[in-house]
Amino acid sequence: MKIRKDLPEIFEEFSEARRNGFISAKEFKDNNRPMVGTFCTYMPQEIPLAMGAAVVSLCATSDETISEAESDLPRNLCPLIKSSYGFGKTDKCPYFYFSDIVVGETTCDGKKKMYEYMGEFKDVHVMQLPNTQQGEKAFDLWKSEVIKLKEVLEKTFETKISEEAIRSAISLKNKERDALKNFYSLGKLDPPAISGSDILKVLYGSTFKFDREQNIDDVNELTQKIIEGYNAGNTLQKKPRILITGCPIGGVTEKVVKAIEENGAHVVFYENCMGAKAIDQNVCEETEDVYEALAKKYLSIGCSCMTPNPNRVDLLDRSIEDYKVDGVIDVILQACHTYAIETLSIKRFVNDNKNIPYMSIETDYSQSDIEQLNTRMAAFIEML
Amino acid sequence: MFGLGIDSGSATTKGVLFDGNNIIEKIIVPTGFDPSDTIKQVYNVLKNNHKVYTVTTGYGRGLLPEADKQVTEITCHGKGANILSSSIRTIIDIGGQDSKVILLDRDGNICDFLMNDKCAAGTGRFIEVMMKILNQNIEQIDEFIQNKEPVKISSMCTVFAESEIISLLARRNDPGCIAKGIVDSIAHRTSNFAKRLILQEGIFFSGGLAASGEIRKSLEKHIGKGIMTHPDAQFTGALGAAAIACTKIR
Repeated sequence: MKIRKDLPEIFEEFSEARRNGFISAKEFKDNNRPMVGTFCTYMPQEIPLAMGAAVVSLCATSDETISEAESDLPRNLCPLIKSSYGFGKTDKCPYFYFSDIVVGETTCDGKKKMYEYMGEFKDVHVMQLPNTQQGEKAFDLWKSEVIKLKEVLEKTFETKISEEAIRSAISLKNKERDALKNFYSLGKLDPPAISGSDILKVLYGSTFKFDREQNIDDVNELTQKIIEGYNAGNTLQKKPRILITGCPIGGVTEKVVKAIEENGAHVVFYENCMGAKAIDQNVCEETEDVYEALAKKYLSIGCSCMTPNPNRVDLLDRSIEDYKVDGVIDVILQACHTYAIETLSIKRFVNDNKNIPYMSIETDYSQSDIEQLNTRMAAFIEML
Repeated sequence: MFGLGIDSGSATTKGVLFDGNNIIEKIIVPTGFDPSDTIKQVYNVLKNNHKVYTVTTGYGRGLLPEADKQVTEITCHGKGANILSSSIRTIIDIGGQDSKVILLDRDGNICDFLMNDKCAAGTGRFIEVMMKILNQNIEQIDEFIQNKEPVKISSMCTVFAESEIISLLARRNDPGCIAKGIVDSIAHRTSNFAKRLILQEGIFFSGGLAASGEIRKSLEKHIGKGIMTHPDAQFTGALGAAAIACTKIR
């Protein structure tokens, strides 16, 4: 018999997934299965999944190891890069420890140069990501890099990755993306069914669940449960509706979500890479060539490291409408040049084309700016 | 019943008693080292025997248990400026520990804002620290820098600017010219910051430094537009808080 759990308990389970995942990661490894660490959503997860590997995100979300990282890296660098590097170098992250290989991409300047040093103490493979989505040559490069990744993994783990296995991994990942999309689409409800911080817990936590089938079932069940509760009248109070875009958030940067929700608004949509950015589009299952299908989906991810970057605007455009968004908050991690520069064009788009307020905030992995965040968020929400 | 607004800033605490149309009483005191004690004093003086609804704002807005409501300084500055003059569409506020730019629409509602509170550069504290090195009172800044040629100050950081000024003094530069350079530097920085928003005509300068005609002139030069101020400019936030309080009474 299945034990029925309350919603808060389920949310906590997701929020604890990162910590509890350490144990399942170890079990996974004890069964002699490979683990692939990643730093970015551009990595086509279907390739490692097709050889039975677990895929885990190694993007660090606390400032614990930043000072150690600064002995090798410049101070004025994005905190995500510094802390990720620091956790690897000091061996403080079990997921990094368990990863047999780390796959990075040439996304932003900071990350791609950091991988050079990470390669000194870890097996690192860097995929050459084009910095544009336009033109056949960019696409061909990325497709060849997807094939190369397959070859690298085959060689590293002395295995063969068949197209059939990739095809079923695509179908599995599509199912997972559908489940997560259905879940975050709950944000369309007005008044909302759940808070933005609970949405984030699930989106972030589900990346640390290694049994994909189980994760899909869990997320679907949760969505169903929330809808039932909503229909029975369990709604939150109506408040201004905020969309978050910009740099990755999670872990310590949840302080931004907290500042928004404690000052009188709901976060209803996350455009960032932990949110819709990588989930919104599926891999086409009809395409004959699996590598082409994968390359097409993954290259289309609208990150600011692309120039130009129309897909970010397109996703914002659709979600501002669908989620009845009242204001957009662009979260910039200190020294993230591409997102910082893009604030101007996103502001123009949000203010002039969508006619709603926009604010960008710059933050880092410390707790020192909580009060400043509170003042900004409260003022922004008072303005709506 | 009156609206009582208190703006607890990092340098000074301002209080305004407002009846919805006129300022009944106002008070300004240095915040000092105990902001909660200061805000309490301002409250006691203005409340006296009146029945009041109290709105607090500023960085110490959470420190008065008697307050009925807390509103951010952005909203209060917008509201206060609109009361001082309905023609105001842009507010530039240089405060003790932050600076802000606020845009208002035709009805006086806030439509956009920017805030710089990461560092002392570009705030009133910057001028205060520099004037201390020059052994000058900040209130006398206008007489001190009038008709002086500014010396270029290149350091952005308050701590580095401090040592730059000491070496300028050692090289026998005129203290008035150095002070003018300091004003020029802060005006330049503030205008660059403000220009990140599309500034609407009807620019209003608020905060403690607005009392200085020289600083305002320097700001006008860098922004390239006329800037107005008001004798009560330093009370903009407190007045806005008091006005919001009045709407709560009704």
